[in-house]
Amino acid sequence: MRKPYAITLDVGSSLANLTGSWRTQRPVYVDRLPPCNATCAAGEDIQQWLFHAEEGNYETAWRSLVRDNPLAAIMGRVCYHPCEGACNRGQLDESVGINAVERFLGDEANRYGWEFEPVTAESGKRVLVIGSGPAGLSAAYHLRRLGNAVVILEAETSSGGMMRYGIPQYRLPRITIDQDVQRILAMGVELRLDHRVDDIEQTMRDGNFDACFLGVGSQLGKRAYIPAGDARRITDAVTVLHRMAGDEKPMLGRRVVVYGGGNTAVDVARTARRLGAEDSIIVYRRTRDRMPAHRDEVREAIEEGVKLKWLSTIAAADDELITVEKMELDEKGFPQPTGELETMEADALVLALGQDVDLELLSKLPDLNIVHGAVAVDGAQMTSREGVFAGGDMIGGERTVTAAVGHGKKAARAIDAYLRGVAFKQKPKHQMATYDLLNTWYYADAPKTVRPKLDIIRRQSTFDEVIGSLDEATALYEARRCMSCGNCFECDTCYGVCPDNAVIKLGPGKRFEFNYDYCKGCGLCVAECPCGAIRMEREPN
Amino acid sequence: MRTSHVKFYQTGTFTVGNRLLSEDDRSVQSTLERTNSLNSGHRACQGCGEALGARYAIDAAMRATDNQLIAANATGCLEVFSTPYPETSWQIPWIHSLFGNTAAVATGVAAALRVKGRNDTRVVAQGGDGGTTDIGFGCLSGMFERNDDVLYICYDNEAYMNTGVQRSSATPPTARTATSPAKGPEPGNVFGQGKNVPMIAMAHEIPYVATASVADVRDLEAKVTRAMSIRGARYIHILVPCPLGWGSEPQHTVRLARLATESGLFPVFEAEHGEITDRRLIRRKVPVEEYLSLQKRFAHLFKPELKMDVIARLQAVADRNIRRFGLMNGGDD
Amino acid sequence: MLKQVEGSRAVAEAVALCRPEVICAYPITPQTHIVENLGEMVKAEHLTGCEFINVESEFAALSVAIGASATGARAYTATASQGLLFMAEAVYNASGLGLPIVMTIGNRAIGAPINIWNDQQDSMSMRDAGWIQLFAETNQEAVDLHIQAVRLAEELSVPVMVCVDGFILTHAYERVDMPTQEQVDAFVPSYEPRQILDPAEPVTIGAMVGPEAFTEVRYLAHYRQMQALWLIPELAEEFEQQFGRASGGLVHPYRSEDAETLVVALGSVNGTIKDVVDQLRDDGVAIGSVSVTSFRPFPAKALRAAIVHAKRIVVIEKSLAVGIGGIVSTDVRMALAGAGRPVHTVVAGLGGRAITQASLREVFVKAHRDLLEYLTFLDLRHDVVHREIERLESQRRSGPVAENILRELGSVADRIG
Repeated sequence: MRKPYAITLDVGSSLANLTGSWRTQRPVYVDRLPPCNATCAAGEDIQQWLFHAEEGNYETAWRSLVRDNPLAAIMGRVCYHPCEGACNRGQLDESVGINAVERFLGDEANRYGWEFEPVTAESGKRVLVIGSGPAGLSAAYHLRRLGNAVVILEAETSSGGMMRYGIPQYRLPRITIDQDVQRILAMGVELRLDHRVDDIEQTMRDGNFDACFLGVGSQLGKRAYIPAGDARRITDAVTVLHRMAGDEKPMLGRRVVVYGGGNTAVDVARTARRLGAEDSIIVYRRTRDRMPAHRDEVREAIEEGVKLKWLSTIAAADDELITVEKMELDEKGFPQPTGELETMEADALVLALGQDVDLELLSKLPDLNIVHGAVAVDGAQMTSREGVFAGGDMIGGERTVTAAVGHGKKAARAIDAYLRGVAFKQKPKHQMATYDLLNTWYYADAPKTVRPKLDIIRRQSTFDEVIGSLDEATALYEARRCMSCGNCFECDTCYGVCPDNAVIKLGPGKRFEFNYDYCKGCGLCVAECPCGAIRMEREPN
Repeated sequence: MRTSHVKFYQTGTFTVGNRLLSEDDRSVQSTLERTNSLNSGHRACQGCGEALGARYAIDAAMRATDNQLIAANATGCLEVFSTPYPETSWQIPWIHSLFGNTAAVATGVAAALRVKGRNDTRVVAQGGDGGTTDIGFGCLSGMFERNDDVLYICYDNEAYMNTGVQRSSATPPTARTATSPAKGPEPGNVFGQGKNVPMIAMAHEIPYVATASVADVRDLEAKVTRAMSIRGARYIHILVPCPLGWGSEPQHTVRLARLATESGLFPVFEAEHGEITDRRLIRRKVPVEEYLSLQKRFAHLFKPELKMDVIARLQAVADRNIRRFGLMNGGDD
Repeated sequence: MLKQVEGSRAVAEAVALCRPEVICAYPITPQTHIVENLGEMVKAEHLTGCEFINVESEFAALSVAIGASATGARAYTATASQGLLFMAEAVYNASGLGLPIVMTIGNRAIGAPINIWNDQQDSMSMRDAGWIQLFAETNQEAVDLHIQAVRLAEELSVPVMVCVDGFILTHAYERVDMPTQEQVDAFVPSYEPRQILDPAEPVTIGAMVGPEAFTEVRYLAHYRQMQALWLIPELAEEFEQQFGRASGGLVHPYRSEDAETLVVALGSVNGTIKDVVDQLRDDGVAIGSVSVTSFRPFPAKALRAAIVHAKRIVVIEKSLAVGIGGIVSTDVRMALAGAGRPVHTVVAGLGGRAITQASLREVFVKAHRDLLEYLTFLDLRHDVVHREIERLESQRRSGPVAENILRELGSVADRIG
């Protein structure tokens, strides 16, 4: 072509004009901490495993999940999922059903017999884990993953700790515990049941252990002084639930009163219904909205016929009669006695007022620092005894399976660092991905899926699992409701909305880069990014 | 609209791309292979809606025609910022002739292709609202009337931006421009003027008419693709916010387009042979204030005192669109 | 093949022989018969491989031609008068983009007052638009110039206007030797565009050019027209060889070698001029004439060569540069600058007023005696304008001049000869 001068131009020539020089501020890709991850006591990267689940890659999703928490199927049943409470999607429509997806993944793993990845390099170190509850199992798993030899010593005849001896079967079938535990053992973790430890240091020396993790829980039910004519009618929740694991079920009678407002109180009340109690009444000194028990648990209990008596304390328990004093809340929200008394008939009174750590085990570690009945640990989960770490219910704080798993993981990493002679450092947390950073326009309207529930009659009479699992389609749906708060999920919106083609798409899984040669700094990508994964920064000089 | 058959709960069909979609269902703009018909280095303002709309439309047209595409471009911002000697941003054969003759130039291109038997190569004409609804209107109507095989795309930013923001027949009532200043008893552009070129195009009974905005790239691409599957005169009218002319923040360009459609002020619909065949339903209806208050051209409606009566008249315009085009019937998104 | 044919039909047939690929038509008197004939040929499939497009305006007509030409099609249109003005913006654009479009102008006056009859004000209004302008003296030359114009336009990538006097030529039945398709095919090769809109090799046509390059672009436009000054005679010569008759070229001198008085004019009026020249020669007056075929580019050198012996020049022109006088004569004066010979402007034939032999003879004799004024309006009715001027001076508001004059005359029809 004999192109005329100036009026006819060759394509692509504008690339010579670097419009990036116009810029006064520049967009930068960032990763922010999603609220679900931030609130997960087990330290799961929830958003990451949901990301894989969204694609239908359930095994990848499960593998991502178990990097932090080996007890997926258990967790999907017993975790009180504070992540869902924090989920930003809750402000848009309803929070993502994270717990249901976790359960689905855990069940898939058990269904298909997925195993953990084999340990590739042995460290040559031996670690003793005392207690096979969630903290112990988690610690053992993570220690083993890091190449350490692990032996778990368990005083009971079965593994699982409070998961087996404290949580009713209708919430957590025992087969699930067995499957999740077995997978950990398959990694080469040794479990010795019926093996009560009296002298920790001696045991360590005998077994040539380089470090020890304590996860023995808090198994002593708290007692309150109640003037009682017949003390045999008063028992505690830990005992009741523990006996549920054995062949001889506890005999509670026709009318059962449970005293307390936590999850354990609800568990006992619901268990009592299933054991045939016509009346199962929770007596609590404050109001329903102040109950520490999880909302869903309370709702389900009420569905099953459990009755609740608010603003009441038990003043006395005589024979078949319990005396209750009415309370009222003061300005600060504390219950104060009114002096008004009433009585109610009861065959049994179960105290669910919390649990204490059994300090007897620790008596041979005399200089162990105990604070308010719990073992004190430092930022690396280490007790005041060098090389002895602890986690789970025995260190106090949030006493949940989830928190215990988190303690176990953290302790395992700390122990590993300790054994390598390096300082234990946790990764710095990203800035929180708050709701206001999102552009929620881009998320399609999609209400939460409701998990199936067992028929109410069967719930009142059997210990069958109450909450069903999601099927694959609904699990996928639920996973895809995740908004990926604060982290790029490769939706291509920045790539699309840039008027200057200054976003370079790097291909699947590789995210994007800015081409600052042409980026004019308009900020459209920041404004339109659905998940708040781009930030505007002042242009460096 | 027709894009909604693929539903992804995480991101729906609203994001530009979606890693969960099959390759075939992905938007052109999300692909690595997209042609960037309007290349980097152009001199559009920061956050230019027209640059965005033009690339969306022409990339889609390129994909629909396997890159066998020629464009004629009216004088205006798009022409000026894309082709200042010695640099052009266009990747396709492209001609700029005059302000008011683009539709006719495109007719000539189409005629030449037809006479040479090159039916695989297609023609797009494009211009701003001034070049389309005002000075180029005669040629546009002629092209429509003859049913020439041209897709005409109007990038509507509602005033003459290239010359410094003067009123056009696409300027909305009350908007301040350099020739409809915010002065006197009825500040800004007056009510009861302007023309609805998509409806006028429909009156020509041409095979295809559609409106779209830069807030919904999938919808826009689907319309361009649909248009390219049809022979004869076609018209797509795309709302492209202009940060400079509207007095808006550059990062609000897409948001404003979204608010314009979600308020009902800019109805998004499709028509074939003069009859409306589909419309994009409002998903989250917003009052017009939400759209107006982000733009300095409407600042006089809010300051020094809030003019609720005038805003109510604009709301009535939006409500009429909603009624007229059925923008809130049905339920899908 | 010789035939008796209307000028418009002859032009249409000549255009058709050039195998145009896109023809855009918008009717305006006196061009209508040309496009009607072409339309009929396309519709009847006598002219194939051609798109005939009825557009909505002259502006669109040339715009469609611009698009077609840029896409590699041989594009043609025709217009006149107001139509040419309405497409003015596109006229400049076509040449600026270097698109070799051929356009016939059926020369006609420009209003107001509206007037459908012949003069050349329309073409003159576009003399600086960058188009080559060729003026036909006869219908035979109109035919021949179109054939040469296509070749010329495409070789230089410059658009060409072929100017044909409205009615006088367009509507006149004359004997025309119509070339054969084989002859035209041999002379006009298929169009090879200098630039083309093609997805196989994409380019941007019509960039915005600033001060840094605009002068050069304009200079190159000028340069291309200067190239035409040698290409036009070359093509005329080649044409003569192939078609057996002299036609086209830059200028046609007539009995000019020893002429002391030389008449210069454009288009069909040269026929009348030559008759008067012959008469005066018979009377022993040393007079001759030069018909300027190529007004743009202006053949200054050829003109200088033709007037070597002339003592005075009389330019008969069918247009008026209001406020100064002649348009053609201004160019003639510039071409002869320094030669020291007077150039008289005679404005004649405006709005279709007949240019009679008697009137020309009177003017030429006057010029030959050095009695002709610098600027003459041929056959101006002095009594009418004097009365109007008096009225203008006596009344503050005299009303539109044209209406007043019409009122004075009753009608204009009887003035057209």
